[in-house]
Amino acid sequence: MTRVAVLVERHGEAVAAPTLETLTLARSLGDVAAVWLGGEPSSAAVAQLGAHGAAEVRVVEPQVRAAAAAAAALGAATADADVLLVTSTFVNKEIVTRLALATGAGVVVDAAGAALVDGHVETEQTVFAATWNVRTRITTERAIVALRPNTTQAVAMPDAVVPSVVTVAFEPPTTREAVVAVEAVEASDGVPLAEASVVVSGGRGTGGDYALIHELAELLGGAVGASRDATDEGWISHEHMVGQTGTTVTPRLYVAAGISGAVHHRGGMQASGTIVAVNLDPDAPIFEISDFGVVGSLFDVLPQAIARMREARA
Amino acid sequence: MRVLVTVKFTPDLQSHRTFTDGAVTRTADDGSMNELDENAVEAALQLVEAAGQGEVIALTVGGPDAVAAVRKALQLGVGRGIHVSDAAIAGSDVFGTARVVAAAVRRIHEEEPLDLVITGMAALDGLTSMLPTALAVELDWAQLTLASALTVADGVATVERHLPDAHETLQAPLPAVVSVTDEANKPRYPNFKMIMAARTAVIEEWSLADLGVDPASVGTAASRTAVLTAEPRPARTPQIVTDTGEGGRLLADFLIERGLA
Repeated sequence: MTRVAVLVERHGEAVAAPTLETLTLARSLGDVAAVWLGGEPSSAAVAQLGAHGAAEVRVVEPQVRAAAAAAAALGAATADADVLLVTSTFVNKEIVTRLALATGAGVVVDAAGAALVDGHVETEQTVFAATWNVRTRITTERAIVALRPNTTQAVAMPDAVVPSVVTVAFEPPTTREAVVAVEAVEASDGVPLAEASVVVSGGRGTGGDYALIHELAELLGGAVGASRDATDEGWISHEHMVGQTGTTVTPRLYVAAGISGAVHHRGGMQASGTIVAVNLDPDAPIFEISDFGVVGSLFDVLPQAIARMREARA
Repeated sequence: MRVLVTVKFTPDLQSHRTFTDGAVTRTADDGSMNELDENAVEAALQLVEAAGQGEVIALTVGGPDAVAAVRKALQLGVGRGIHVSDAAIAGSDVFGTARVVAAAVRRIHEEEPLDLVITGMAALDGLTSMLPTALAVELDWAQLTLASALTVADGVATVERHLPDAHETLQAPLPAVVSVTDEANKPRYPNFKMIMAARTAVIEEWSLADLGVDPASVGTAASRTAVLTAEPRPARTPQIVTDTGEGGRLLADFLIERGLA
């Protein structure tokens, strides 16, 4: 049986949604161990990891922040794993790059799926702003795959048992890099942008007024995004920027309001499930990649759409 | 202050980007220096200008067309350009590429010590952001990645980086590998004089043999991954309406029909 390890993503003590998706995929590949880095998981977290496929939870207690130390910690907990799955984030890409150089594993990042074919891990990715599908085989014995959020539907197992918890012995190495200051970013209400199944983004067309964007995001249970224009103007913080150099999102639904769809923005959202756009300019490039578009003012269109959705729910 | 900048030749974002035989199609017609490498070049130039002395070197690895990326760096004010080119490099994964880049960096470092290697935060074709880390490991230097601000003083580099959950300040002794984001600076534009000078500048050509890299350790054969298929995705078929008072309702109905609202 293939041994699969899954690195747990967290928000404080809570397991992040993408990890439940990753566990769901992992259990289709083999026996699953979840890896918890830093501190100890609560019994609720352990039960949740078990419900989604982990037979074992491996805990590496020392808190580490530098990529080199995190890679060593993850390596200590996954020495026997044939396949390691992580969530595709900038931080995790650095960690798995180091681990792969230490173990000889092959790596695919930003994957939308993974399967075992003839004893090898094969992955699917969308590239070039989601205009191409690529299928890749990892040819080495050990494989590491970083998965994009929202690419697998998280499903709990009906007959799950509570996993065993194992503490992994680990002494953090000294690293050349020192983290001299950490300032926590205040979590906005609701689900983090990268993990959201619905993203409502506003751009230049909002003129800096995000009230309708927030209202629609809240109604749809989604997160608020923005274009580079809007974050450069200081209308909304950088953490909300959707794009190739900001946050890449792949939600089920992406709403672009007052966003023209510059190439860098499209690269960060084009792999979304359904894309809808509202823009005053009928020639805005965003319409070319939308499933449904309204040429008009977001200040007219969004209130009417919100009212109609509320009415349909009532 | 002696800084090496890695630059990559990538297809233009606005061009029709394709795959050929499982690899990104790269032709001189619609390619240039990876846009995010402009921030790396700018960061290097600013450090050397502030130090009042030193040198910026641009290095690329790739086929014959890749030299265009180095020439773009020269247009921006970089003093020396190096192009590592060898048929055996084709098909390298990030680990093979890092091995070649590291060998070139070591050679330059032996000529005269480097303080930093600066890279862009990602190449806009592959977007994996893995090279800076792989290069730091190969060189056994510190890695300071995704810097939105970079300062160097007393042999120590300090960077700030913005992660989704935290703003970090990291420090490491030189020499170090630093990747900078597009927030780090505003890249300068080349002026006419620089463009003309870059056109005739001599760019050094190095092969794997020059660097002492075993050809079998890079390229397709050494790659840990193989592209099986690459297919264009079907384009969406946009349904666009013009708001004449009913746009919001139509939008809501579309979402309700798809089970999304």
